[in-house]
Amino acid sequence: MNAQERKELQLTAAKVRLGIVEGTFHAKSGHPGGSLSSADLFTYLYFKEMNIDPKEPKAPNRDRFVLSKGHCAPGLYSVLAQRGYFGEEELQKLRHIGAMLQGHPDMKGTPGVDMSSGSLGQGISAAVGMALAAQMDQKSYRVYALLGDGEIEEGQVWEAAMFAGHHKLSNLCVIVDNNGLQIDGPVSQVGGPEPIDKKFEAFGFEVMTIDGNDFEEIEKAFQAARTCSGKPFAIVAKTVKGKGVSYMENQVGWHGKAPNAEEYAIAKEELTKTLEVLENA
Amino acid sequence: MREIVKKATRESFGEAITALAETNPNIVVLDADLAEATKTGIFKKKYPERFIDCGIAECNMVGIAAGLATCGKVPFAASFAMFSAGRAFEQVRNSVGYPHLNVKIVGSHAGISVGEDGATHQCCEDIALMRSIPGMVVLNPADHYEMQAAVKAAAEYQGPVYIRLGRLAVESCNNNEDYHFEIGKGITLREGGEITVIATGLMVSEALKAVKALEEDGIDARLIDMHTVKPLDKELVLKAAKETGRIVTVEEHSVMGGLGEAVASYLSEVCPTQVTKIGVQDVFGHSGPAVDLLKEFGLCADNIRATVKKVLGK
Repeated sequence: MNAQERKELQLTAAKVRLGIVEGTFHAKSGHPGGSLSSADLFTYLYFKEMNIDPKEPKAPNRDRFVLSKGHCAPGLYSVLAQRGYFGEEELQKLRHIGAMLQGHPDMKGTPGVDMSSGSLGQGISAAVGMALAAQMDQKSYRVYALLGDGEIEEGQVWEAAMFAGHHKLSNLCVIVDNNGLQIDGPVSQVGGPEPIDKKFEAFGFEVMTIDGNDFEEIEKAFQAARTCSGKPFAIVAKTVKGKGVSYMENQVGWHGKAPNAEEYAIAKEELTKTLEVLENA
Repeated sequence: MREIVKKATRESFGEAITALAETNPNIVVLDADLAEATKTGIFKKKYPERFIDCGIAECNMVGIAAGLATCGKVPFAASFAMFSAGRAFEQVRNSVGYPHLNVKIVGSHAGISVGEDGATHQCCEDIALMRSIPGMVVLNPADHYEMQAAVKAAAEYQGPVYIRLGRLAVESCNNNEDYHFEIGKGITLREGGEITVIATGLMVSEALKAVKALEEDGIDARLIDMHTVKPLDKELVLKAAKETGRIVTVEEHSVMGGLGEAVASYLSEVCPTQVTKIGVQDVFGHSGPAVDLLKEFGLCADNIRATVKKVLGK
């Protein structure tokens, strides 16, 4: 990745973060913390990694993405808007009555959403089904599923992981957003899902642990996932919850709370400044 | 008349899905380590490459089925009703029902006729659970011919369907050459003007024996085979209520949330009618030979006959 590419991805990620803040502020609810921690992953997936076309969101041979941690919908919606699946103005209507953008992803009404999700642990199974369909039909599309590190406390995640490993679904790439925090506190104190890498390894995955807020590391991981054969791939992405908004970073309280007007103004100012610094770099 | 076939509906299902797969290449079958019991093993034998054994993990099985459906497959995901509809209820609701995906959930060994396995496996709540999901079609075919037709209709229907299979062999009642199956349209197996018996699934053959016996008692009872519990054939139910007055429903399911409540709740709004519900009366089952259990729980021709007479005061 050259400096220009990195800069462009960072600029896009800053815009995605602005959209997350915008959406949750206008919704007066929602989940900014985990959306912000995943913003760089969303950006890389939708702007670099996946074979997709916003003009043909249902193209049969497209790559698929399942947001298994469905509560981070503001992040997904923001990147979909940036990528041109729908207008950015939709973000301001997030969670409103009659709005397209539901609190959790709804595939029926939202272009670019490949699977409805929100009930934790279920998205990964659907992603496994998609990867299996590709394998059965000898199609080359790839399937990506983003999970939370709290989410993997759900038993169904490991049912799905066992199946994926057993069936050697090498077209499946699971990403765990390992920001270390869940609603009730640090994951290490609440559910104890760690060690995450060793668990996925034991279920037959090739695993890579990276800094999930660093585009060069993200790129290396997705490239490794593409070349991995005979096994599904898991990326344990160490991230900072609330990344990009100073007062939200590593604060568990920002898991599922919207900024008020004052906080919104600060977040907007900070992210706008990030954009300016990047543009002038 | 077609020949009378005595066969368990799970077996008819296994044969039907295997036959349909020949012309519909998108049909795939999933099971959770019960292929021999659910009879998806018949499909597995002929189409091993389209059969997916998910191991003992029903919640994941339903999620995989949802993912397959988003890619154009027509998945039939089977296990005992207790597990496909019960254990995986929330997966069916959120991963299949909410996105309205083209997944067919198959629940075999439904009701207390599981027999010796006892209460943990005797699912009398599946119809209630499945019919509470918006957009879900709930099918409970009575016999071999009806199951064959229902599986075909389910495969052709775009959207989520629950199909209930029975373990016990049952004599076919739908033997007429002009038998026609349509989702949401009940079958009037016998005309009658005094009272209507509405039965579903395994109970249809028992109800047929009962109405024949009632004829000997001088009682002119109508019999409806309600193979689709949802959407309910309201027209047929209302017609019966208006023409015969009292109704007796029969199901191998809890009286809570099943066919009886569906009929009673509809009629209470449009044509208040006395509805007597024969079913499992808010109790768990227990171990024993299936036929003996059915008798004990009143899910047999003798009790249907006695109940009808009691309702009519005869």
